[in-house]
Amino acid sequence: MIMFKSLMTAAALSLIATAASAAGSAEKGKETFIKRGCWECHGFQGQGGSAGARLAPDPIPFDTLKAFVRSTNGQMPPFSENVVPDSDLEDIHAYLSSIPKSKDPKTIPLLNQ
Amino acid sequence: MSQSKTTHQPSRRHFLAGVAVAGVAPTLAPQADAAPLSVADPSKLPSALPPTERIAVNETGMPPQETNRIGGKAGSDFMVDVIKTLDIKYVPANCASSFRALHESLIDYGHNTTPEYISCMHEESAVGIAHGYFKVTGKPLMSLCHGTVGLQHATMALYNAWCDRVPVIMVGGTDLDAASRPPGVPTFHAATDINSIVRDYTKWDDQPTSLQHFAQSFVRAYKIATTPPFGPVMIALDAGLQQEPIKKHGEELSIPRFVASSPPQGDSGAVKDAARMLVNAENPIIIVDRAARNADGVKLIVELAELLQAGVIDYGCRMNFPNTHYLNKQPGAVSNADVILGMELSDFWGAVNKYTDNGEDGIGFNSPSIKPQTKLINISSVELLTKSNYQDFQRFQSVDISMPADAQATLPALIEAVKSALPNDRKAAIEKRGEAARKAFAENRQRTLLAAAVAWDASPISTARLCMETFNAVKGLDWSLVASEGNVSNWPNRLWPMEKYYHWLGRSGGYGVGYGAPASVGAALANRDAGRFSVSIQSDGDLMFAPGVLWTAAKHKIPLLSVMHNNRGWHQEVMHVQRMSNFRNRPANTGNDMGPIGTSIMNPDIEYHKLAESMGWWAKGPIKDPEQLGPALREAVEVVKRGQPALLNVWTQPR
Repeated sequence: MIMFKSLMTAAALSLIATAASAAGSAEKGKETFIKRGCWECHGFQGQGGSAGARLAPDPIPFDTLKAFVRSTNGQMPPFSENVVPDSDLEDIHAYLSSIPKSKDPKTIPLLNQ
Repeated sequence: MSQSKTTHQPSRRHFLAGVAVAGVAPTLAPQADAAPLSVADPSKLPSALPPTERIAVNETGMPPQETNRIGGKAGSDFMVDVIKTLDIKYVPANCASSFRALHESLIDYGHNTTPEYISCMHEESAVGIAHGYFKVTGKPLMSLCHGTVGLQHATMALYNAWCDRVPVIMVGGTDLDAASRPPGVPTFHAATDINSIVRDYTKWDDQPTSLQHFAQSFVRAYKIATTPPFGPVMIALDAGLQQEPIKKHGEELSIPRFVASSPPQGDSGAVKDAARMLVNAENPIIIVDRAARNADGVKLIVELAELLQAGVIDYGCRMNFPNTHYLNKQPGAVSNADVILGMELSDFWGAVNKYTDNGEDGIGFNSPSIKPQTKLINISSVELLTKSNYQDFQRFQSVDISMPADAQATLPALIEAVKSALPNDRKAAIEKRGEAARKAFAENRQRTLLAAAVAWDASPISTARLCMETFNAVKGLDWSLVASEGNVSNWPNRLWPMEKYYHWLGRSGGYGVGYGAPASVGAALANRDAGRFSVSIQSDGDLMFAPGVLWTAAKHKIPLLSVMHNNRGWHQEVMHVQRMSNFRNRPANTGNDMGPIGTSIMNPDIEYHKLAESMGWWAKGPIKDPEQLGPALREAVEVVKRGQPALLNVWTQPR
């Protein structure tokens, strides 16, 4: 619930912020996603799990992501600019945006048994 | 051995009151291959003395056999007689000098059956095996250990058993007589009270000083351990008492008859109050954790839930409620409840509150997960068993009705009370709740499948795919998921149809890492005897606490499919370090690894398949490509069906 509220707050902040789109590098972002430890809770492809929310495919807008990362009061601690610089966040967002859409579970036999 | 030698040999323990047992003559060596006494009924003890050596020679024409040196039946032989009355099937243990006499009696006098000795590499593994075995069979095992060094190894596993309400009969060898015990280690590292280090997390302990005392204490220990709430017990066993022959003084030895105690049931008035509250609720929720002690418990919970059309949240320390049932709910369902019935919860506070480790001061903050007016009913036997030092309860949670009682034993009365209290004009509303529950269940299932499909083809392999490839390989068998350690995002409980009690065995209880591997082996041992197929999701960090248990499985031909969730780290701890770094506004130092220093298991990567292979397992890996997992699983299943344990080293996503 707190995570949800934080997301809503972050979404509201993003409306105020300029509608900047991330201009990062997906390739660098993939490395940074690992280097900054994002993968530990969110998985190598941002798929999420019991420890972290799903981030990809279709990530939230960059400004929303940034606002959340900087100010979350949910289970994830906020990451300051000193811990994850803006440029890294841009690369991470680019990486998350590059992840292709998931398969439809109806097409996966193992999920239909 | 001459009679005079036996008669005049001074006892090295004059303080131990000697007693005689019928059928034991100091003039004749005890028959090494004699059948143990059938002593469940004392009237069946042998009443005639065996022939003397001279008579035996005359009657048989056989030359005299070499007699034993102790001049009578060993005390530890009588101990085996006692143990055999309780039908304890196995004794997992790591050998030690302080119980050498009982060890010898178990394998020679007792013919290594009931109990059969299971050779273990570590005392923690031995207790973990007993832990897992109980969860399948509902029957306790005993374990032996050295009273000082061995018991220290066993402590974490005993703590897990304590927290998980699992009976284990722990017996620690000790050598009490300082005047006669051997010098060296037995004296060096003797202790006057070995039980003290586990007293905070055992139900009872004793240190018998005579064989009759042992008989009483062992049966008492078994009875206490197996009376709900279950828990481990500890017997300190003097080496002298084990080794010396039975003395012919006083009354004949006897073995108390074991009769199981009935579990404590909730007060009848409180049961009626709870029933009234439940039938008048608009949205009742049932939360269960260790409520079902066996398959009958599952049936009772289903009956109560259907009667009320109440959602059930299963916290999963046991298989309490089928996850295929439309009343199965997720923990968030408490937010709309007006009455919550908690049964055998280890954490009622956590069920109705939330803690967020992200406070302004770095400590965290609490928030309720329920409405202020929600009524709470608690049925839990844990309140009957509280220790002063090591605690096993969460933050204090005030409730409206509190029943310190065994939930499963209370359920029949509660069900009857609900039936009696159910007004006819409520039945339609209750039925309507069921319709809504069916719809919500179907919707939740679709959300779960959508989540499972994300990163389906990823490498390392997603935990959802790991679990579903594994299920696909075992679904046609009478399977039992004996452990799922490490965090796989709870996929087995979300996607596997858990309907039988042995489909899901819960977790460690005390959160002591290292439970999964030995508990899997213990549960697989029980499943082998029941003709079931055992499969475990085995995490890397858990296995490395005591990997020697792999050898035990191979040695004793325990079939087990171990599918590794090898995420190459202790991911539970990663975020703790990261959180501290963030609070302190500095990046976490990862060194050469992919997580904060001290949280990774990489560089070098452990080749678990080679480790397992070296100890007699069929093994394969590392498997990183999801397309290779299915075929490898099919091979491994065939191996396990032939009776050999098999391990697949699978590289996985972190969670």
